[in-house]
Amino acid sequence: MENQLRDYILMMADNVMILGQRLGEWCGHGPVLEQDIAITNIALDLIGEARNYYQYLGETEGKKEDEYPMKRDVRAFKNILLTEVPNGHWGDTIMRQCMFDCYHYYLLEGMTTSKNERLAAIAKKSIKEATYHLAFSGEWVIRLGDGTEESHQKMQQSLDDLMPYFNEMFIPESYEIWCHEQNIAPSSEVVRSSANEKFNAILTQATLQMPEKYYSKKGGKSGLHTENLGFILADMQYLQRSYPGVDW
Amino acid sequence: MENVNSFEERFQQKIDNEEKIEARDWMPEAYRKTLIRQISQHAHSEIVGMLPEGNFITRAPSLKRKLALLAKVQDEAGHGLYLYSATETLGISRDELIDQLHSGKAKYSSIFNYPTLTWSDIGAIGWLVDGAAIMNQVALCRTSYGPYARAMVRICKEESFHQRQGYDILLTMCNGTAEQKEMVQDSVNRWWWPSLMMFGPSDSDSPHSAQSLKWKVKRLSNDELRQRFVDMTVPQAEILGITLPDPLLKYNESRGHYDFGEIDWEEFRQVVSGNGPCNKERLQARVKAHEEGNWVREAASAYAEKMKSKSLASVA
Ligand SMILES: [Fe+2]
Ligand SMILES: [Fe+2]
Repeated sequence: MENQLRDYILMMADNVMILGQRLGEWCGHGPVLEQDIAITNIALDLIGEARNYYQYLGETEGKKEDEYPMKRDVRAFKNILLTEVPNGHWGDTIMRQCMFDCYHYYLLEGMTTSKNERLAAIAKKSIKEATYHLAFSGEWVIRLGDGTEESHQKMQQSLDDLMPYFNEMFIPESYEIWCHEQNIAPSSEVVRSSANEKFNAILTQATLQMPEKYYSKKGGKSGLHTENLGFILADMQYLQRSYPGVDW
Repeated sequence: MENVNSFEERFQQKIDNEEKIEARDWMPEAYRKTLIRQISQHAHSEIVGMLPEGNFITRAPSLKRKLALLAKVQDEAGHGLYLYSATETLGISRDELIDQLHSGKAKYSSIFNYPTLTWSDIGAIGWLVDGAAIMNQVALCRTSYGPYARAMVRICKEESFHQRQGYDILLTMCNGTAEQKEMVQDSVNRWWWPSLMMFGPSDSDSPHSAQSLKWKVKRLSNDELRQRFVDMTVPQAEILGITLPDPLLKYNESRGHYDFGEIDWEEFRQVVSGNGPCNKERLQARVKAHEEGNWVREAASAYAEKMKSKSLASVA
Protein backbone atom coordinates (compact mmCIF):
# COMPACT_ATOMS: atom_id res chain seq x y z
CA MET A 1 0.00 0.00 0.00
CA GLU A 2 1.31 3.46 -0.87
CA ASN A 3 2.16 5.74 2.06
CA GLN A 4 -0.28 8.38 0.86
CA LEU A 5 -3.16 5.95 0.80
CA ARG A 6 -2.20 4.66 4.22
CA ASP A 7 -2.11 8.19 5.64
CA TYR A 8 -5.46 8.93 4.09
CA ILE A 9 -7.07 5.85 5.60
CA LEU A 10 -5.59 6.70 8.98
CA MET A 11 -7.02 10.21 8.75
CA MET A 12 -10.47 8.86 7.91
CA ALA A 13 -10.22 6.34 10.73
CA ASP A 14 -8.77 8.63 13.38
CA ASN A 15 -11.42 11.30 12.76
CA VAL A 16 -14.30 9.00 13.56
CA MET A 17 -12.38 7.16 16.26
CA ILE A 18 -11.55 10.26 18.28
CA LEU A 19 -14.94 11.88 17.81
CA GLY A 20 -16.65 8.61 18.75
CA GLN A 21 -14.46 8.43 21.83
CA ARG A 22 -15.48 11.96 22.80
CA LEU A 23 -19.18 11.20 22.28
CA GLY A 24 -18.81 8.11 24.44
CA GLU A 25 -18.11 10.43 27.37
CA TRP A 26 -21.74 11.57 27.18
CA CYS A 27 -23.19 8.14 27.76
CA GLY A 28 -25.18 8.34 31.01
CA HIS A 29 -24.90 12.13 31.27
CA GLY A 30 -27.14 13.45 28.49
CA PRO A 31 -29.69 16.24 29.04
CA VAL A 32 -32.64 13.93 28.29
CA LEU A 33 -32.74 10.15 28.16
CA GLU A 34 -33.75 10.12 24.50
CA GLN A 35 -30.79 12.32 23.58
CA ASP A 36 -28.43 10.24 25.66
CA ILE A 37 -29.48 7.31 23.52
CA ALA A 38 -29.20 9.28 20.29
CA ILE A 39 -25.69 10.58 20.94
CA THR A 40 -24.57 7.09 21.92
CA ASN A 41 -25.94 5.82 18.63
CA ILE A 42 -23.71 8.25 16.78
CA ALA A 43 -20.74 7.16 18.87
CA LEU A 44 -21.49 3.55 17.97
CA ASP A 45 -21.69 4.36 14.27
CA LEU A 46 -18.47 6.37 14.26
CA ILE A 47 -16.39 3.82 16.14
CA GLY A 48 -17.89 1.12 13.94
CA GLU A 49 -16.74 3.04 10.89
CA ALA A 50 -13.29 3.49 12.41
CA ARG A 51 -13.03 -0.27 12.85
CA ASN A 52 -13.69 -0.78 9.16
CA TYR A 53 -10.72 1.38 8.22
CA TYR A 54 -8.43 -0.09 10.87
CA GLN A 55 -9.36 -3.59 9.79
CA TYR A 56 -8.56 -2.71 6.18
CA LEU A 57 -5.14 -1.45 7.21
CA GLY A 58 -4.65 -4.39 9.54
CA GLU A 59 -5.35 -6.88 6.78
CA THR A 60 -2.81 -5.32 4.45
CA GLU A 61 -0.18 -4.92 7.15
CA GLY A 62 -0.76 -8.11 9.13
CA LYS A 63 -1.81 -6.33 12.31
CA LYS A 64 -4.81 -6.43 14.59
CA GLU A 65 -7.31 -3.59 14.31
CA ASP A 66 -6.63 -2.49 17.88
CA GLU A 67 -2.95 -1.83 17.16
CA TYR A 68 -3.87 1.40 15.40
CA PRO A 69 -6.02 3.14 18.00
CA MET A 70 -4.27 1.60 21.00
CA LYS A 71 -0.56 1.54 20.18
CA ARG A 72 0.19 4.80 18.39
CA ASP A 73 1.15 8.01 20.16
CA VAL A 74 -0.19 11.52 19.62
CA ARG A 75 2.04 12.47 16.69
CA ALA A 76 0.94 9.48 14.63
CA PHE A 77 -2.76 10.34 14.83
CA LYS A 78 -4.15 12.20 11.82
CA ASN A 79 -7.56 13.28 13.05
CA ILE A 80 -8.64 16.89 12.55
CA LEU A 81 -8.42 19.09 15.65
CA LEU A 82 -12.20 19.59 15.80
CA THR A 83 -12.72 15.98 16.83
CA GLU A 84 -10.55 16.31 19.93
CA VAL A 85 -12.13 19.49 21.29
CA PRO A 86 -13.70 18.72 24.71
CA ASN A 87 -17.45 18.10 24.76
CA GLY A 88 -18.36 21.27 26.65
CA HIS A 89 -22.12 21.60 27.17
CA TRP A 90 -24.74 19.91 25.02
CA GLY A 91 -24.80 22.87 22.61
CA ASP A 92 -21.03 22.76 22.13
CA THR A 93 -21.21 19.05 21.37
CA ILE A 94 -24.08 19.56 18.94
CA MET A 95 -22.32 22.40 17.13
CA ARG A 96 -19.11 20.38 16.86
CA GLN A 97 -21.12 17.44 15.61
CA CYS A 98 -22.96 19.48 13.02
CA MET A 99 -19.72 20.91 11.63
CA PHE A 100 -18.21 17.47 11.46
CA ASP A 101 -21.32 15.89 9.94
CA CYS A 102 -21.41 18.47 7.13
CA TYR A 103 -17.84 17.53 6.26
CA HIS A 104 -18.16 13.82 6.89
CA TYR A 105 -21.33 13.44 4.85
CA TYR A 106 -19.97 15.07 1.71
CA LEU A 107 -16.60 13.41 2.09
CA LEU A 108 -18.26 10.01 2.24
CA GLU A 109 -20.51 10.92 -0.66
CA GLY A 110 -17.43 11.60 -2.77
CA MET A 111 -15.80 8.42 -1.56
CA THR A 112 -18.68 6.18 -2.63
CA THR A 113 -17.26 6.36 -6.17
CA SER A 114 -13.66 5.87 -5.07
CA LYS A 115 -11.45 3.84 -7.34
CA ASN A 116 -10.41 1.99 -4.21
CA GLU A 117 -13.20 -0.53 -3.87
CA ARG A 118 -12.71 -1.16 -0.19
CA LEU A 119 -13.02 2.54 0.64
CA ALA A 120 -16.02 2.86 -1.68
CA ALA A 121 -17.73 0.01 0.16
CA ILE A 122 -17.04 1.55 3.56
CA ALA A 123 -18.35 4.90 2.32
CA LYS A 124 -21.54 3.37 0.95
CA LYS A 125 -22.26 1.77 4.27
CA SER A 126 -21.30 4.76 6.39
CA ILE A 127 -23.10 7.41 4.40
CA LYS A 128 -26.44 5.98 5.47
CA GLU A 129 -25.45 6.58 9.06
CA ALA A 130 -23.92 9.98 8.29
CA THR A 131 -27.19 11.06 6.67
CA TYR A 132 -28.94 10.43 9.93
CA HIS A 133 -26.20 12.13 11.97
CA LEU A 134 -26.41 15.26 9.87
CA ALA A 135 -30.19 15.37 10.14
CA PHE A 136 -29.93 14.95 13.91
CA SER A 137 -27.22 17.53 14.59
CA GLY A 138 -28.68 19.98 12.06
CA GLU A 139 -32.09 19.80 13.71
CA TRP A 140 -30.57 20.34 17.12
CA VAL A 141 -28.53 23.35 16.01
CA ILE A 142 -31.75 24.86 14.64
CA ARG A 143 -33.81 23.95 17.69
CA LEU A 144 -31.29 25.45 20.11
CA GLY A 145 -30.32 28.42 17.93
CA ASP A 146 -33.99 29.36 17.49
CA GLY A 147 -35.18 28.14 20.91
CA THR A 148 -34.93 30.55 23.84
CA GLU A 149 -32.85 33.70 24.27
CA GLU A 150 -30.48 31.74 26.50
CA SER A 151 -30.07 28.84 24.10
CA HIS A 152 -29.55 31.23 21.21
CA GLN A 153 -26.73 32.98 23.02
CA LYS A 154 -25.16 29.72 24.04
CA MET A 155 -25.22 28.40 20.47
CA GLN A 156 -23.80 31.63 19.09
CA GLN A 157 -20.95 31.27 21.58
CA SER A 158 -20.42 27.63 20.57
CA LEU A 159 -20.25 28.67 16.93
CA ASP A 160 -17.77 31.45 17.69
CA ASP A 161 -15.64 29.07 19.76
CA LEU A 162 -15.60 26.28 17.21
CA MET A 163 -15.23 28.16 13.92
CA PRO A 164 -11.43 28.21 14.26
CA TYR A 165 -11.58 24.42 13.75
CA PHE A 166 -13.88 24.47 10.74
CA ASN A 167 -11.59 25.16 7.82
CA GLU A 168 -9.00 22.55 8.66
CA MET A 169 -11.42 19.95 7.35
CA PHE A 170 -11.09 21.32 3.83
CA ILE A 171 -7.42 22.20 3.66
CA PRO A 172 -5.91 19.15 2.00
CA GLU A 173 -2.70 17.54 3.17
CA SER A 174 -0.38 16.27 0.46
CA TYR A 175 -1.68 12.71 0.91
CA GLU A 176 -5.24 13.86 0.29
CA ILE A 177 -4.20 15.64 -2.88
CA TRP A 178 -2.43 12.50 -4.02
CA CYS A 179 -5.47 10.37 -3.28
CA HIS A 180 -7.68 12.76 -5.16
CA GLU A 181 -5.37 12.61 -8.17
CA GLN A 182 -5.60 8.83 -8.06
CA ASN A 183 -9.42 9.05 -7.96
CA ILE A 184 -9.39 7.50 -4.49
CA ALA A 185 -10.70 10.55 -2.65
CA PRO A 186 -12.97 13.45 -3.60
CA SER A 187 -11.55 16.92 -4.10
CA SER A 188 -11.39 18.92 -0.87
CA GLU A 189 -12.77 21.90 -2.76
CA VAL A 190 -15.89 20.03 -3.78
CA VAL A 191 -16.41 18.80 -0.24
CA ARG A 192 -15.81 22.32 1.06
CA SER A 193 -18.39 23.95 -1.15
CA SER A 194 -21.14 21.40 -0.46
CA ALA A 195 -20.40 21.34 3.27
CA ASN A 196 -20.29 25.13 3.48
CA GLU A 197 -23.56 25.47 1.69
CA LYS A 198 -25.25 22.98 3.97
CA PHE A 199 -23.75 24.43 7.12
CA ASN A 200 -24.72 27.99 6.20
CA ALA A 201 -28.28 26.90 5.44
CA ILE A 202 -28.50 25.33 8.91
CA LEU A 203 -27.08 28.45 10.57
CA THR A 204 -29.59 30.67 8.77
CA GLN A 205 -32.46 28.54 9.97
CA ALA A 206 -30.97 28.54 13.42
CA THR A 207 -30.79 32.38 13.33
CA LEU A 208 -27.06 32.20 14.07
CA GLN A 209 -24.41 34.56 12.71
CA MET A 210 -21.11 33.40 11.29
CA PRO A 211 -18.45 35.32 13.29
CA GLU A 212 -16.92 38.09 11.22
CA LYS A 213 -13.36 37.27 12.05
CA TYR A 214 -11.79 34.10 13.31
CA TYR A 215 -8.42 32.48 13.09
CA SER A 216 -8.26 29.04 11.48
CA LYS A 217 -6.24 26.39 13.22
CA LYS A 218 -4.79 23.36 11.58
CA GLY A 219 -2.24 20.61 12.08
CA GLY A 220 -4.21 17.55 13.10
CA LYS A 221 -4.03 15.90 9.69
CA SER A 222 -0.25 15.92 9.90
CA GLY A 223 -0.06 14.94 13.58
CA LEU A 224 0.25 18.36 15.18
CA HIS A 225 -2.50 18.17 17.75
CA THR A 226 -3.92 20.14 20.63
CA GLU A 227 -2.98 19.08 24.14
CA ASN A 228 -6.37 17.38 24.40
CA LEU A 229 -5.35 14.37 22.36
CA GLY A 230 -2.73 13.16 24.81
CA PHE A 231 -5.36 12.87 27.52
CA ILE A 232 -7.82 11.17 25.21
CA LEU A 233 -5.18 8.58 24.36
CA ALA A 234 -4.13 8.14 27.98
CA ASP A 235 -7.69 7.10 28.73
CA MET A 236 -8.27 5.08 25.61
CA GLN A 237 -4.98 3.19 25.67
CA TYR A 238 -4.49 2.66 29.37
CA LEU A 239 -5.29 -1.07 29.52
CA GLN A 240 -3.39 -1.95 26.36
CA ARG A 241 -0.40 0.00 27.64
CA SER A 242 -0.56 -1.37 31.19
CA TYR A 243 -0.84 -5.00 30.12
CA PRO A 244 0.93 -5.31 26.78
CA GLY A 245 0.26 -8.23 24.52
CA VAL A 246 -2.76 -9.80 26.19
CA ASP A 247 -6.24 -10.51 24.88
CA TRP A 248 -9.32 -8.89 26.32
CA MET B 1 -69.28 0.09 50.77
CA GLU B 2 -70.62 -2.93 49.00
CA ASN B 3 -69.54 -1.44 45.74
CA VAL B 4 -65.96 -0.94 46.84
CA ASN B 5 -65.88 -4.48 48.07
CA SER B 6 -67.13 -5.86 44.82
CA PHE B 7 -64.53 -3.79 42.93
CA GLU B 8 -61.84 -5.20 45.18
CA GLU B 9 -63.17 -8.69 44.80
CA ARG B 10 -63.34 -8.47 41.06
CA PHE B 11 -59.84 -7.07 41.01
CA GLN B 12 -58.44 -9.90 43.12
CA GLN B 13 -60.45 -12.39 41.07
CA LYS B 14 -58.79 -11.18 37.91
CA ILE B 15 -55.38 -11.52 39.48
CA ASP B 16 -56.15 -14.99 40.77
CA ASN B 17 -57.22 -15.93 37.23
CA GLU B 18 -53.84 -14.70 35.89
CA GLU B 19 -55.55 -11.93 33.92
CA LYS B 20 -53.53 -8.74 33.50
CA ILE B 21 -54.59 -5.50 35.14
CA GLU B 22 -54.47 -2.67 32.60
CA ALA B 23 -54.09 1.07 33.15
CA ARG B 24 -57.81 1.77 32.54
CA ASP B 25 -58.94 -0.92 35.02
CA TRP B 26 -60.02 -0.18 38.55
CA MET B 27 -57.30 -0.91 41.09
CA PRO B 28 -56.88 -0.35 44.81
CA GLU B 29 -54.95 2.79 45.62
CA ALA B 30 -52.38 0.77 47.53
CA TYR B 31 -51.79 -1.45 44.49
CA ARG B 32 -51.21 1.64 42.37
CA LYS B 33 -48.82 3.08 44.94
CA THR B 34 -46.90 -0.16 45.29
CA LEU B 35 -46.49 -0.38 41.55
CA ILE B 36 -45.37 3.22 41.20
CA ARG B 37 -42.80 2.63 43.91
CA GLN B 38 -41.56 -0.64 42.46
CA ILE B 39 -41.51 0.24 38.75
CA SER B 40 -40.00 3.66 39.24
CA GLN B 41 -37.38 2.21 41.56
CA HIS B 42 -36.60 -0.23 38.79
CA ALA B 43 -36.46 2.58 36.21
CA HIS B 44 -34.13 4.64 38.39
CA SER B 45 -31.88 1.61 38.82
CA GLU B 46 -31.51 1.28 35.06
CA ILE B 47 -30.52 4.93 34.78
CA VAL B 48 -28.20 5.14 37.77
CA GLY B 49 -26.82 1.78 36.67
CA MET B 50 -25.47 3.44 33.54
CA LEU B 51 -22.91 5.32 35.63
CA PRO B 52 -20.59 2.66 37.07
CA GLU B 53 -20.21 0.99 33.68
CA GLY B 54 -20.30 4.18 31.64
CA ASN B 55 -17.22 5.00 33.61
CA PHE B 56 -15.22 2.49 31.56
CA ILE B 57 -16.46 3.34 28.06
CA THR B 58 -13.52 5.57 27.27
CA ARG B 59 -11.12 3.00 28.75
CA ALA B 60 -12.42 -0.23 27.26
CA PRO B 61 -9.43 -2.34 26.19
CA SER B 62 -10.45 -3.00 22.58
CA LEU B 63 -12.77 -1.50 20.00
CA LYS B 64 -14.95 -4.58 20.07
CA ARG B 65 -15.40 -4.31 23.84
CA LYS B 66 -15.90 -0.57 23.62
CA LEU B 67 -18.77 -0.97 21.15
CA ALA B 68 -20.36 -3.73 23.20
CA LEU B 69 -20.16 -1.66 26.37
CA LEU B 70 -21.56 1.45 24.67
CA ALA B 71 -24.44 -0.61 23.32
CA LYS B 72 -25.04 -2.18 26.70
CA VAL B 73 -25.16 1.06 28.62
CA GLN B 74 -27.41 2.44 25.91
CA ASP B 75 -29.73 -0.54 26.36
CA GLU B 76 -30.01 0.33 30.04
CA ALA B 77 -31.12 3.84 29.07
CA GLY B 78 -33.75 2.20 26.87
CA HIS B 79 -34.88 0.04 29.78
CA GLY B 80 -35.23 3.16 31.88
CA LEU B 81 -37.39 4.69 29.16
CA TYR B 82 -39.75 1.70 28.88
CA LEU B 83 -40.10 1.60 32.64
CA TYR B 84 -40.75 5.32 33.05
CA SER B 85 -43.45 4.96 30.39
CA ALA B 86 -44.94 2.00 32.23
CA THR B 87 -44.98 4.06 35.45
CA GLU B 88 -46.62 6.96 33.64
CA THR B 89 -49.62 4.77 32.82
CA LEU B 90 -50.30 4.85 36.58
CA GLY B 91 -50.87 8.58 36.51
CA ILE B 92 -47.52 10.10 37.45
CA SER B 93 -45.20 12.03 35.13
CA ARG B 94 -41.59 11.25 34.31
CA ASP B 95 -40.62 14.67 35.68
CA GLU B 96 -42.17 13.88 39.05
CA LEU B 97 -40.43 10.52 39.13
CA ILE B 98 -37.08 12.08 38.33
CA ASP B 99 -37.62 14.70 41.01
CA GLN B 100 -38.24 11.91 43.50
CA LEU B 101 -34.96 10.30 42.52
CA HIS B 102 -33.03 13.54 42.79
CA SER B 103 -34.52 14.53 46.13
CA GLY B 104 -33.60 11.14 47.57
CA LYS B 105 -37.24 10.21 48.11
CA ALA B 106 -37.13 7.36 45.58
CA LYS B 107 -34.61 4.56 45.85
CA TYR B 108 -32.63 2.67 43.26
CA SER B 109 -30.79 -0.62 43.46
CA SER B 110 -27.99 -0.23 45.97
CA ILE B 111 -25.59 -2.31 43.86
CA PHE B 112 -24.84 0.77 41.76
CA ASN B 113 -23.37 2.49 44.76
CA TYR B 114 -20.29 0.30 44.50
CA PRO B 115 -17.34 1.55 42.45
CA THR B 116 -15.97 0.05 39.22
CA LEU B 117 -12.22 -0.10 39.75
CA THR B 118 -10.82 -2.40 37.10
CA TRP B 119 -11.87 -3.64 33.67
CA SER B 120 -12.95 -7.02 34.99
CA ASP B 121 -15.54 -5.19 37.10
CA ILE B 122 -17.35 -4.61 33.82
CA GLY B 123 -17.38 -8.35 33.23
CA ALA B 124 -18.42 -9.05 36.82
CA ILE B 125 -21.29 -6.59 36.59
CA GLY B 126 -22.55 -8.18 33.39
CA TRP B 127 -22.29 -11.66 34.80
CA LEU B 128 -23.47 -11.11 38.37
CA VAL B 129 -25.47 -7.89 38.41
CA ASP B 130 -27.29 -8.39 35.12
CA GLY B 131 -27.54 -12.05 36.08
CA ALA B 132 -29.27 -11.19 39.34
CA ALA B 133 -31.45 -8.66 37.53
CA ILE B 134 -32.58 -11.37 35.12
CA MET B 135 -33.68 -13.62 37.97
CA ASN B 136 -35.93 -10.85 39.19
CA GLN B 137 -37.09 -9.79 35.77
CA VAL B 138 -37.92 -13.18 34.35
CA ALA B 139 -40.27 -13.61 37.30
CA LEU B 140 -41.69 -10.16 36.64
CA CYS B 141 -42.65 -11.02 33.05
CA ARG B 142 -45.66 -12.64 34.73
CA THR B 143 -46.42 -9.73 37.05
CA SER B 144 -50.08 -8.77 37.28
CA TYR B 145 -49.79 -5.25 35.87
CA GLY B 146 -49.88 -5.46 32.06
CA PRO B 147 -47.66 -2.51 31.07
CA TYR B 148 -45.00 -3.62 33.57
CA ALA B 149 -45.11 -7.23 32.42
CA ARG B 150 -44.78 -6.24 28.76
CA ALA B 151 -41.86 -3.90 29.50
CA MET B 152 -40.18 -6.80 31.31
CA VAL B 153 -40.49 -9.13 28.34
CA ARG B 154 -38.62 -6.68 26.12
CA ILE B 155 -36.03 -5.99 28.77
CA CYS B 156 -35.32 -9.63 29.59
CA LYS B 157 -34.14 -10.42 26.09
CA GLU B 158 -31.50 -7.72 26.30
CA GLU B 159 -30.47 -8.54 29.84
CA SER B 160 -29.57 -12.10 29.02
CA PHE B 161 -27.40 -10.78 26.22
CA HIS B 162 -25.68 -8.48 28.71
CA GLN B 163 -25.05 -11.37 31.02
CA ARG B 164 -23.44 -13.46 28.32
CA GLN B 165 -21.34 -10.51 27.26
CA GLY B 166 -20.12 -9.97 30.82
CA TYR B 167 -19.34 -13.63 31.23
CA ASP B 168 -17.41 -13.57 27.95
CA ILE B 169 -15.23 -10.73 29.25
CA LEU B 170 -14.38 -12.81 32.31
CA LEU B 171 -13.87 -16.01 30.38
CA THR B 172 -11.46 -14.33 27.98
CA MET B 173 -9.50 -12.93 30.90
CA CYS B 174 -9.49 -16.24 32.79
CA ASN B 175 -7.99 -17.85 29.71
CA GLY B 176 -5.33 -15.14 29.63
CA THR B 177 -2.44 -14.31 31.94
CA ALA B 178 -2.22 -14.96 35.69
CA GLU B 179 -2.50 -11.24 36.22
CA GLN B 180 -5.76 -11.10 34.31
CA LYS B 181 -7.18 -14.02 36.23
CA GLU B 182 -6.22 -12.36 39.48
CA MET B 183 -8.05 -9.25 38.34
CA VAL B 184 -11.17 -11.32 37.69
CA GLN B 185 -10.95 -13.02 41.08
CA ASP B 186 -10.66 -9.66 42.79
CA SER B 187 -13.70 -8.30 40.93
CA VAL B 188 -15.79 -11.31 41.81
CA ASN B 189 -14.69 -11.03 45.44
CA ARG B 190 -16.01 -7.48 45.52
CA TRP B 191 -19.23 -7.98 43.52
CA TRP B 192 -20.47 -11.30 44.84
CA TRP B 193 -22.03 -10.21 48.13
CA PRO B 194 -23.51 -6.96 46.83
CA SER B 195 -25.10 -9.03 44.02
CA LEU B 196 -26.77 -11.30 46.58
CA MET B 197 -28.04 -8.19 48.35
CA MET B 198 -29.80 -7.14 45.14
CA PHE B 199 -32.68 -9.47 46.01
CA GLY B 200 -33.46 -7.42 49.08
CA PRO B 201 -33.96 -8.32 52.73
CA SER B 202 -34.72 -11.91 53.59
CA ASP B 203 -38.39 -12.88 53.59
CA SER B 204 -38.75 -12.75 57.35
CA ASP B 205 -37.59 -9.14 57.18
CA SER B 206 -39.42 -7.91 54.11
CA PRO B 207 -42.45 -5.79 55.09
CA HIS B 208 -44.21 -5.49 51.72
CA SER B 209 -43.64 -9.00 50.46
CA ALA B 210 -46.84 -10.80 51.49
CA GLN B 211 -49.18 -8.24 49.97
CA SER B 212 -47.06 -7.97 46.81
CA LEU B 213 -47.19 -11.74 46.36
CA LYS B 214 -50.94 -11.78 46.82
CA TRP B 215 -51.30 -9.06 44.17
CA LYS B 216 -48.79 -10.89 42.01
CA VAL B 217 -46.78 -7.70 41.74
CA LYS B 218 -44.01 -10.00 42.89
CA ARG B 219 -44.12 -13.61 41.80
CA LEU B 220 -41.35 -15.11 43.90
CA SER B 221 -40.02 -14.09 47.29
CA ASN B 222 -36.63 -12.45 47.78
CA ASP B 223 -35.11 -15.59 49.25
CA GLU B 224 -36.46 -17.86 46.51
CA LEU B 225 -34.95 -15.61 43.85
CA ARG B 226 -31.66 -15.37 45.69
CA GLN B 227 -31.45 -19.15 45.93
CA ARG B 228 -32.14 -19.53 42.22
CA PHE B 229 -29.39 -17.06 41.47
CA VAL B 230 -26.85 -18.86 43.62
CA ASP B 231 -27.77 -22.22 42.08
CA MET B 232 -27.35 -20.84 38.59
CA THR B 233 -24.10 -19.00 39.27
CA VAL B 234 -21.96 -21.52 41.12
CA PRO B 235 -21.44 -23.87 38.14
CA GLN B 236 -20.58 -20.86 35.96
CA ALA B 237 -17.92 -19.82 38.46
CA GLU B 238 -16.47 -23.31 38.25
CA ILE B 239 -16.09 -23.00 34.49
CA LEU B 240 -14.24 -19.73 34.99
CA GLY B 241 -12.01 -21.46 37.51
CA ILE B 242 -12.52 -18.83 40.19
CA THR B 243 -13.64 -19.07 43.81
CA LEU B 244 -16.77 -17.41 45.11
CA PRO B 245 -15.88 -15.60 48.36
CA ASP B 246 -18.07 -17.63 50.69
CA PRO B 247 -16.53 -20.47 52.76
CA LEU B 248 -20.03 -21.76 53.59
CA LEU B 249 -21.04 -22.18 49.98
CA LYS B 250 -21.73 -25.87 49.49
CA TYR B 251 -24.14 -28.09 47.63
CA ASN B 252 -26.81 -29.52 49.92
CA GLU B 253 -27.90 -32.92 48.60
CA SER B 254 -31.03 -33.12 50.71
CA ARG B 255 -32.29 -29.66 49.71
CA GLY B 256 -31.10 -29.95 46.14
CA HIS B 257 -29.72 -26.42 46.42
CA TYR B 258 -26.53 -24.65 47.38
CA ASP B 259 -26.28 -23.49 50.98
CA PHE B 260 -24.55 -20.18 51.43
CA GLY B 261 -23.40 -17.88 54.19
CA GLU B 262 -25.20 -14.99 55.84
CA ILE B 263 -25.28 -11.64 54.06
CA ASP B 264 -23.79 -8.71 55.94
CA TRP B 265 -27.12 -7.00 56.53
CA GLU B 266 -25.51 -4.10 58.30
CA GLU B 267 -23.60 -3.25 55.12
CA PHE B 268 -26.83 -3.61 53.14
CA ARG B 269 -28.66 -1.20 55.47
CA GLN B 270 -25.82 1.30 55.30
CA VAL B 271 -25.71 1.32 51.52
CA VAL B 272 -29.51 1.55 51.20
CA SER B 273 -29.61 4.44 53.63
CA GLY B 274 -27.04 6.44 51.69
CA ASN B 275 -23.70 5.45 53.18
CA GLY B 276 -22.37 3.22 50.41
CA PRO B 277 -19.06 3.95 48.71
CA CYS B 278 -20.59 5.99 45.84
CA ASN B 279 -24.14 7.01 46.83
CA LYS B 280 -23.30 10.68 46.82
CA GLU B 281 -21.38 10.58 43.56
CA ARG B 282 -24.10 8.67 41.72
CA LEU B 283 -26.86 11.00 42.74
CA GLN B 284 -24.72 14.05 42.12
CA ALA B 285 -23.96 12.85 38.59
CA ARG B 286 -27.67 12.42 37.85
CA VAL B 287 -28.60 15.80 39.32
CA LYS B 288 -25.78 17.48 37.43
CA ALA B 289 -26.81 15.98 34.09
CA HIS B 290 -30.39 17.03 34.73
CA GLU B 291 -29.58 20.58 35.80
CA GLU B 292 -27.12 21.15 32.99
CA GLY B 293 -29.82 19.95 30.64
CA ASN B 294 -32.41 22.49 31.86
CA TRP B 295 -31.69 25.06 29.19
CA VAL B 296 -31.69 22.35 26.51
CA ARG B 297 -35.12 21.04 27.48
CA GLU B 298 -36.49 24.56 27.78
CA ALA B 299 -35.18 25.48 24.35
CA ALA B 300 -36.55 22.32 22.80
CA SER B 301 -40.04 22.96 24.12
CA ALA B 302 -39.88 26.66 23.19
CA TYR B 303 -38.91 25.68 19.68
CA ALA B 304 -41.66 23.08 19.47
CA GLU B 305 -44.18 25.75 20.56
CA LYS B 306 -42.92 28.13 17.88
CA MET B 307 -43.28 25.47 15.21
CA LYS B 308 -46.77 24.63 16.41
CA SER B 309 -47.98 28.21 16.23
CA LYS B 310 -46.30 28.64 12.86
CA SER B 311 -48.08 25.64 11.39
CA LEU B 312 -51.39 26.78 12.95
CA ALA B 313 -50.89 30.20 11.36
CA SER B 314 -50.25 28.67 7.97
CA VAL B 315 -53.35 26.48 8.25
CA ALA B 316 -55.46 29.55 9.15
FE1 LIG C 1 -31.40 -3.15 32.23
FE1 LIG D 1 -28.48 -4.98 31.62
